[in-house]
Amino acid sequence: MTTTTPPGVRLTLRGAVLGRPGAPVLDGIGLDVVPGEILAVVGPSGCGKSTLLRTLAGLLPPLAGEVAQDGEAITAPRAERALVFQDDALLPWRTVRANVELPLAIRGVARAERRARAESWLARVGLEGQGTKLPHRISGGQRQRVQLARALAAEPRAVLMDEPFGALDAQTRAGMQQLLVDVLRGTGATVVFVTHDVDEALFLGDRVALLPTGRVLDVPRPRERAAHTDPATVALRREVLESLTATH
Amino acid sequence: MRGRRWSFALRTLSLVAALGIWQLLTSYDVNLWLRFEQFPTVTDVAGAFGDRLGSDAYWQDLTDSLTRIVTGFALAAVLGITVGTAVARSRVASDLLGPVLEVIRPVPAIALVPVAILLFPSNEQGIVFITCTAAFFPVMVSTRHAVRALTPVWEEAVLTMGGGRWRILGSVVLPGALPGILGGLSVGIGVSWICVISAEMISGEYGVGYRTWQDYTVVDYPGVFVGMATIGLLGWITSTAVELLGRRLTRWLPRTEGSRPPPPVRHRNRAVTPAAAPVPLVKERVHP
Repeated sequence: MTTTTPPGVRLTLRGAVLGRPGAPVLDGIGLDVVPGEILAVVGPSGCGKSTLLRTLAGLLPPLAGEVAQDGEAITAPRAERALVFQDDALLPWRTVRANVELPLAIRGVARAERRARAESWLARVGLEGQGTKLPHRISGGQRQRVQLARALAAEPRAVLMDEPFGALDAQTRAGMQQLLVDVLRGTGATVVFVTHDVDEALFLGDRVALLPTGRVLDVPRPRERAAHTDPATVALRREVLESLTATH
Repeated sequence: MRGRRWSFALRTLSLVAALGIWQLLTSYDVNLWLRFEQFPTVTDVAGAFGDRLGSDAYWQDLTDSLTRIVTGFALAAVLGITVGTAVARSRVASDLLGPVLEVIRPVPAIALVPVAILLFPSNEQGIVFITCTAAFFPVMVSTRHAVRALTPVWEEAVLTMGGGRWRILGSVVLPGALPGILGGLSVGIGVSWICVISAEMISGEYGVGYRTWQDYTVVDYPGVFVGMATIGLLGWITSTAVELLGRRLTRWLPRTEGSRPPPPVRHRNRAVTPAAAPVPLVKERVHP
């Protein structure tokens, strides 16, 4: 790492009502995401997971209550909060590298430097030498890696991820989860990771928040797939599943 | 490669056959309800074409018509893309301009000749105005549709990177709408030709349309056909130019196997996400 990453931000919701005007999806939600943690948010389809992320990103204003970053209300999108989309959000007319360079170009980073940084991030997500390809020439899993590189290249202080691996097959998905953990290590960014997959949440999250209630559970460490069979994790998994089925 | 040669042979054959039938019908003065007695033969027209090519007047007419169409079309492209984008992106622009545009749009550009004569000090400007109006609407309408149909996630992605209004316009809206805009430009250049020729016939001083009408009034029928062939060739060249420009600018569009032109690299079948693949309008070949 050549640059020092600023530490992660604290994201808080207090009595927040979220959704589109006239159609609230989450009512009276409270959450405290502490700096530098990975908070996995689980919930059934349609429970407002994406709404929560879009609100945190600043794309959707809260209908009521408080949504804040380090105590300051979130009112508009900001580059320091990167959003990784479930759908393929790469610009199809830009090459893979030009996509990763885009947030740097917006920040005014000089051409040579942004090229070097984009290449280095592409290498970190395992896409060395793929920079000149167009997005439709690479696989769905590779496109999500590019999205990850694009989000992280801008050195965000918070990374909001909306089921980024939802459309991938099980094997690619497991690989991506490991890659995410490896890549995030050392960035210090606060991560909110939304998923409907309980195992994914337990593997990735330092804590797991359950929607729509907003209840938060701690996940025992170390983060290993083998740990899925130990009694504490099995009990936690059952608890999460029960709470999800109870609310639906 | 065989496919390309075969296709070239078929195209040539079709042209030669059309000319052959024309020559036969006219040289034998066929008179079967349709009358070909007065019709010039292919050889008459070819002879007249040869004579014209050697005259300065012909090249003067050609330059005049081309200048008019290029000026009118360029203005229409700039105005059409600007207005179409504004109307699609801004409620105020849509409310302000929408009604006026919708009322003017059904009026055929050539019916604006009286308006042009009243408004502009010279015929030249009037003809450019008519050409521009003709091409403006297809460009404006297709830009408006293309901008409205953009995938919202592209804009949201750039917003969360801290991009502002102009960045979104330059990095998302214009490149994303380009395939649709190019469809409008393709239609626009065709309509422009119709209108520039008609306007020249009505009020022109020089130009291919003016010359064609002059030849008709002095009963020089081969000359009329030379004019028509010239218009056809120029129209074909300009729309091919627009088409080629379009292909160059939209190389990023995912193309299906077997579509023309073939992709430079052979690759296995791949899934193309529909969200990332706007309808490739420009792939439609206007001149097969």
